[in-house]
Amino acid sequence: MRLSPDEIILWQQGPLKLNATIAFTWALMVALAVGSQLITRRLTSEHHRSRWQNLLEIIVTGIARQIEEIGLSNPRSYLGFLGTLFLFVASASLCTVLPGFEPPTGSLSTTAALALCVFVAVPLFGIQDQGLRGYLKSYITPTVIMLPFNIISELSRTLALAVRLFGNMMSGAMILAILVTITPFIFPIVMTALGLLTGMVQAYIFSILAAVYIAAATNTRQPRPDNGTPL
Amino acid sequence: MLIDWFTVGAQVVNFLILVWLLKRFLYGPILAAMDAREQRIAQELADAATGKAEAQKERAEFRHKNEQFDAQRATLLTRATEEAAAERQKLLDQAGKDADALSAQRKESLSKEARAIHMSLRRRTQDEVFAIARQTLTDLASASLERRICEVFLQRVCELEGEAKIKLTEALQSCSEPAMVRSTMDLPADLRAAIQNTLNETFSADIPLLFETAPHLVGGIELTRHGQRVAWDMADYLTSLDRSISHLLGLKDPSGEATEPEPPQSQTRSTIT
Repeated sequence: MRLSPDEIILWQQGPLKLNATIAFTWALMVALAVGSQLITRRLTSEHHRSRWQNLLEIIVTGIARQIEEIGLSNPRSYLGFLGTLFLFVASASLCTVLPGFEPPTGSLSTTAALALCVFVAVPLFGIQDQGLRGYLKSYITPTVIMLPFNIISELSRTLALAVRLFGNMMSGAMILAILVTITPFIFPIVMTALGLLTGMVQAYIFSILAAVYIAAATNTRQPRPDNGTPL
Repeated sequence: MLIDWFTVGAQVVNFLILVWLLKRFLYGPILAAMDAREQRIAQELADAATGKAEAQKERAEFRHKNEQFDAQRATLLTRATEEAAAERQKLLDQAGKDADALSAQRKESLSKEARAIHMSLRRRTQDEVFAIARQTLTDLASASLERRICEVFLQRVCELEGEAKIKLTEALQSCSEPAMVRSTMDLPADLRAAIQNTLNETFSADIPLLFETAPHLVGGIELTRHGQRVAWDMADYLTSLDRSISHLLGLKDPSGEATEPEPPQSQTRSTIT
């Protein structure tokens, strides 16, 4: 039984290879980029605007509002990274309704790559926000004893991110495949709808957790604007 | 193994490229459009606030002007009302004066007209009385009125006595100028001669006489000399008639006294002053 679209090799030349994961990722990238470009090339700042522009504005402002509610005061700085995470995972889940489509997020390589990106982005945003010294100091706060626990926390949550998304997406696709084999009617449709829901939930969870990690690396040591005491 | 590290690296690169692509084609344009719209809405709100402030300012200004206009209108209306009332009173006074003047003028006119009628009536009565008397005397006594008047006059002269006769004699004899004999009618020569003879005999002197016709004498004849006068006329009869007519018409005597009818005197009177 095939657990990952990585196993579908479309082309290989030495260490370079083109598997289904990369191919479907490219397809998603092209769809997202071209779709966005088609919609945004006719943007207007008038009060009356197109439905597609309204849709994109709702999506972008919704993501920005979620980021802000997490505690990141300047959501536009994190919108590119966190918004792309959500849109990529969500669009991969939505496209599972297309026949023959293998979600790239069903590959542990993809989820690991996304988790690695989060793993790298968190300290980068932390250093950008409070400087290298301030960020590193957070690992030994309140005491040096916390340093190994913090490091373990960073690694484990990265691993958890990758495995959680992979497990959910892979299990959904696998259950769907098994049900199609057993009962080709009714149940696959229900499970597909359920898969769409779980996919959207996973995209939301992945993005929110990344935002929480970034917020923990940036905002946690910033004083509250109301009373000035550190969090 | 489930993790293909080449795929992991490729997916990291793919994700970073996707981040760039979405920033380039999605977040950037959408956020720019939203910012532009927000800025535009803010500008419109600011313009609306400015317009509202200006409108409120103009409203307050217009309200102030309206209040001024109302006050000014009330003042003008009050002043116009007062002026109209004063003008009305003035016109009423003027009209009253004019009415009084017209009434007085009309009264005067009526009075003049009444006096004219009175005089005309008196003259006409005098003429009629003369004519009636003359005709009566002619028909009944075969005597003319003038002659009869002369006879009565000469009888009066002859009957003079006492102080009146003395004064008249002195007056007639004191001056060489002729004495004046005035009569209503032109006296014929025989009557003039009779008067001359009677006077000469009565006053025992040759008295020069000058005869003159005097229409103002009411059917009579008089002799005057230096303020002395002896005469006979029908003025008293006519005066009595005049008073009766005036009383009948409700007119006043030209002297201003209410007229009371008097019975006509039954005999002629002579006046010697």
